[in-house]
Amino acid sequence: MISIVNAYIGRVYKEFRDEILVLPSKTIVLLFCLILFLIPLMTSELYILRILILASIFAIFAASWDLLSGFTGQMNFGHALFFGVAGYTSALLNLYVGLPPWLTIPIGAVAAVLAGLVVGVPCLRLRGPYLALATLAFPLILTGIIYIFPDITGGELGVSGIDPLSGSRLIDYYIAISLMIGLGFIMWKITGSKTGIIFHAIREDEVAVRASGINTTKYKLLAFCLSGLFAGIAGGLYVHFMRIAGPTSTLALMVSFQAIIWAIFGGIATIYGPIAGVFILVPVTELLRVMPEIRMLLFAVIVLLVLLFMPEGITTWVRDKIEKECPRCKVRNIATRKICRICSADLD
Amino acid sequence: MIEMIIITGLIASGVYALLAIGFSLIFGAARIINLTHTAFYMLAAYLIYTFTSSFGLNPILSIIVSIIAVTIIGVLVYMLVIERVRAHETTVLIVTMALAIIIQEVVLLAFGGHFRGVSSLISGYATILGIKVTYQYLLTFGMVFIILFGTWALLMKTKLGIAIRATAQDREVANLMGINVARIGMITMAIAVALAAIAGALVAPLFTLTPYMWMHPLVMVLAVVVLGGLGSIKGSFVGAIILGFTETLVVFLVPTGAFLKGSVALAIMLVIILIRPEGLFGVSFEEER
Repeated sequence: MISIVNAYIGRVYKEFRDEILVLPSKTIVLLFCLILFLIPLMTSELYILRILILASIFAIFAASWDLLSGFTGQMNFGHALFFGVAGYTSALLNLYVGLPPWLTIPIGAVAAVLAGLVVGVPCLRLRGPYLALATLAFPLILTGIIYIFPDITGGELGVSGIDPLSGSRLIDYYIAISLMIGLGFIMWKITGSKTGIIFHAIREDEVAVRASGINTTKYKLLAFCLSGLFAGIAGGLYVHFMRIAGPTSTLALMVSFQAIIWAIFGGIATIYGPIAGVFILVPVTELLRVMPEIRMLLFAVIVLLVLLFMPEGITTWVRDKIEKECPRCKVRNIATRKICRICSADLD
Repeated sequence: MIEMIIITGLIASGVYALLAIGFSLIFGAARIINLTHTAFYMLAAYLIYTFTSSFGLNPILSIIVSIIAVTIIGVLVYMLVIERVRAHETTVLIVTMALAIIIQEVVLLAFGGHFRGVSSLISGYATILGIKVTYQYLLTFGMVFIILFGTWALLMKTKLGIAIRATAQDREVANLMGINVARIGMITMAIAVALAAIAGALVAPLFTLTPYMWMHPLVMVLAVVVLGGLGSIKGSFVGAIILGFTETLVVFLVPTGAFLKGSVALAIMLVIILIRPEGLFGVSFEEER
């Protein structure tokens, strides 16, 4: 009996060693997750937890942008629409119907999926910059609608007095980081699946994908809906954490651009890139609060300089430094290896 | 009421047309979506304010100096920053956005967030068909038409214009025909920024200046350009008139119009590009893969 358990543990350990420890990037991700789970043991500072909760929520949001725009190449400039639709749906359901957060957040996410369909269907005919600029219009139009019904939506001030996520900051923290890690992992798995490969192919050459007998319309809509789903969860979490849903915090132009900045800063078409981008830039933005006058200026300068020297984003740049791809079998190897770990081809 | 709508609508359309044509030119010649474009417009207006109020320079001289200064800044930004990341389409977006924020913050640091105003170049008014129109408005209309006509003539009648249009149509073939594509990109950037600066100079006496005055025009310019068709000068002009008047009509006729002006204009843009995905006068990019 014990030997079976031992053998099983051995196999799990071997799997773990061969799949995760062998690549520095995966080891870094594992360490990052462990540290996130252990942080409350080291500090009980509510302010730090608050920043990390917000970073987790925004990480889901930025990664969902990457799923649609980075992988499928459907440039979305109005990603705040999903965030805002889900946020307002959750907030209004909670306030007027009295549903608890664990119900309103999924319903909000479903609303964001529907928003994804609404945006996706007309945008299927558009491509490139036209698509980008058409999607930009949706959240701004919704903002206008919110302003004309101030009785229900609170107008400019937004909806306040929403139930908190849970009673305590610590539980909020674990909810946020588990969801971030879980959803990030799901998105990463989606991009590696057959569907993800089709998404990728659509970005590279849509005509060729269609010529291969794949219904690209269906897959593009799917990308809009999936992205809407994840962004919607982030939106619902955000309003329940902040306890307010306002047009400037959920629908403004800056919210959409913020997602794009995080994602491109971290490195697009990776999923972990946008997450890293958020976890670097959100604390940096907070640190810059000590100099309120030049905070935005420094933020913009940092983003600009990093992108000038690493135009593909920070994670892609780091990954290419610490790992190299086998020229024969395209498996990634640690940069110190001379021959590929799978096919033993020369790496240099 | 009607005369106010016509005058305000014409001013809005003229400004959007100047901005949109520059935006469209640089997209055509270099395939860059330049989100800094309207920040240059804001910067020009503020420079004119500095030169006239702080240095006490002659207004016309300060306008010329500001336009030249902003154009030089634009070309420097293009050479030092945008050119380097041009190959990565998405990175260009964020880099130009960051540049716009940098310009906004620098202006905010230098001038504070207060509303500023520049005095009119000329005072007095003319009476046309029984309507009082200030000379400043007439001057603005005149300038918009002269500049638009000049740009059209430059693009259609000169060798440089042919080179710009050839680069916009097909970079590789233009390159093969002996056109220096990189230099055309830079010249186009200079023209585009100069147009934005001129638009800024024209509105400086009419609008109040704030460091955030670039955001709304940016959204509108994007809408105008998409509506008219990217890379089409005629399209930008027609699009600017449609959206400029839509915005004005909403502000004047709908009770809470100021909140809704952007929404209605954007909704019209959406409807039009859903019917014609390449915009009113745009060329289809089907062959670009």
